[in-house]
Amino acid sequence: MSKLTAAIVGPGNIGTDLMYKLLRSEVIEPRWMIGVDPASEGLRLAADRGLVSTHEGVDWLLKQDELPDLLFEATSAYVHKEYAPRYADAGIRAIDLTPAAVGPAVIPPVNGEEHVAAPNVNMITCGGQATIPMVAAVSRVTPVSYAEIVASVSSVSAGPGTRANIDEFTRTTAAGVETIGGAEKGKAIIILNPAEPPMIMRDTIFCAVDPDADTDAIAESVHEMERAVQEYVPGYRLLQEPQFDGPSDFTKGMRRVSVFVEVEGAGDYLPPYSGNLDIMTAAAARVGENIARSMATRSLA
Amino acid sequence: MTANPGNTDINTLERTWSGIHGDEPFGKLDLRLTDTCLRDGSHHKRHQFTAQEVHDIVEALDTSGIPVIEVTHGDGLGGSSFNYGFSRTPEQELIRIAAETAKRARIAFLMLPGVGTKDDIRAAQDNGGQICRIATHCTEADVSIQHFGLARELGLETVGFLMMSHTQPPEVLAKQARTMVDAGCQCVYVVDSAGALIMEQTADRVSAVVAEIGDQADVGFHGHENLGLGVANTVIAARAGATQIDGSVRRFGAGAGNTPLEAFIGVCDKLGWTTGVDFLKIVDASEDVIKPAMPEECQLDRMTLMMGYAGVYSSFLKHAGNAADRYGVSGAQILLEAGNRKLIGGQEDQLIDIALMLKREADLEGREVGVSRAG
Repeated sequence: MSKLTAAIVGPGNIGTDLMYKLLRSEVIEPRWMIGVDPASEGLRLAADRGLVSTHEGVDWLLKQDELPDLLFEATSAYVHKEYAPRYADAGIRAIDLTPAAVGPAVIPPVNGEEHVAAPNVNMITCGGQATIPMVAAVSRVTPVSYAEIVASVSSVSAGPGTRANIDEFTRTTAAGVETIGGAEKGKAIIILNPAEPPMIMRDTIFCAVDPDADTDAIAESVHEMERAVQEYVPGYRLLQEPQFDGPSDFTKGMRRVSVFVEVEGAGDYLPPYSGNLDIMTAAAARVGENIARSMATRSLA
Repeated sequence: MTANPGNTDINTLERTWSGIHGDEPFGKLDLRLTDTCLRDGSHHKRHQFTAQEVHDIVEALDTSGIPVIEVTHGDGLGGSSFNYGFSRTPEQELIRIAAETAKRARIAFLMLPGVGTKDDIRAAQDNGGQICRIATHCTEADVSIQHFGLARELGLETVGFLMMSHTQPPEVLAKQARTMVDAGCQCVYVVDSAGALIMEQTADRVSAVVAEIGDQADVGFHGHENLGLGVANTVIAARAGATQIDGSVRRFGAGAGNTPLEAFIGVCDKLGWTTGVDFLKIVDASEDVIKPAMPEECQLDRMTLMMGYAGVYSSFLKHAGNAADRYGVSGAQILLEAGNRKLIGGQEDQLIDIALMLKREADLEGREVGVSRAG
């Protein structure tokens, strides 16, 4: 099948890392890298790899005769909100790596197939990509009345966008824990740790379940989900077997399931400790490929 | 700073609270004290304060003349969670009760960006909180910019907390303090979260922060007792220019507890520093009101000493103890490993991971011992 063409908007760390992942794709051809700064390292690297690179911004792209099938937004929520309607008008499918949340949120192994026809999909947050699969792994076995995730990332891997608006991270992630993870109520906590050498991203997922929930089935589902995420993030791994704690005064009488994961990046452009960034780009590439495959299937039918 | 002429009494403070702020409702104060047993003590209490306890403690502190009382979940607004422990009484209700009870004292609340959100700050103000204290790890001040902006917009008094200050040299703390002040923070605290600072290390850090922001904002000091230096560090911090001082009556705080505020007040009386607090009344409050609310005294023991020694965040204490009990491993070992891993405030979840690792190692050793015995 012929590949879908893609533009990456935003040649920063995320956009550049994403480019390397898309260059390996069998169904997507990254053809444009769009920036605004002529001195951008990402634009130079993209030109080296044969992409059409411009610092004239998305306005330039939208004026071209040939437009991309897919557009990956790796700029900021502000930029994406402004341009999303124009992408849609031009018939370009947008995969949004900013917290703009214009379109529905997607976590590949949970609802990756649900929104393949949507004009715009959102990747939530790095913490969401790393933890919501595990909330879903528990909630597909037994009702989860409350889920809480704790994401620890190295300070150097938290960009200025995250730092300037950390509330957006906690709010967006908590919402995803509910809507996609399947928890009745969600909470998200993020910690930026400055240790040197930088720590690899770690996430803990706590779920409140019924006292008589089937622990073997939950553990099996968690392992299954680990394998599903590993398909696109090989460095995603459980640090421990899922832990089960009985109800107590300190857990408001809830039974607690704890899942501990580590996310080591592939080291495409970003260093391996920044698994938080890697899981975003890997998930976005995965979502793009799902869209590409569904479009190919439909055109065959 | 002006140099001390040789014949000047070292007990003459170069910077005083009222020196910057003019008249206070409490009269002229050299140092403005904040009692934090209803926030830092929440760790020791495992976040199980009742409405009645908060009412009684606020009443006693207020009557003694404590000018600021901090009330929140130990980990700040929104801290009630699996990771840090659930509050028995919602913290917003406790803030409201405290605000309704205090006649003179202002009620402060703590928030940690990444745990709480701006909505929590708004709610705390609606419930009568007047001072918004925003805490970050001492290298991550820029995550607090949006929260300081909001707090000032809402007309709240603002305080910034640079947690785990022992991990960074004075010049780094000064730069981070600058970030907070530029964002709207009116007082930056050097926070010895691990109780690991030793005397001159405290003075050097406070002095550096005073030199950087002292003409625009206050500087504060928040101590812990894990190496038994709470009062000593606080005295030297005041001499270095800290004019806002934290402590908890009867040490009621995380780890081995905070600077015992009643002891520090007694010391201030001896040194001639005005705090506005009645020493006899605060000592009575300590015995009659604070003590009955404490699950046990805050002590220097194997676990808490380890925290000061390894430089570990004080609120890890109870969580390390829980994990040690649950998995049958040494709590002190958990804390030492937390220090090795350079964990920071908020990473309580990782203590469980450490306990499981220690258990695996112990199981493995047990098996090896078993094999060699059998062989």
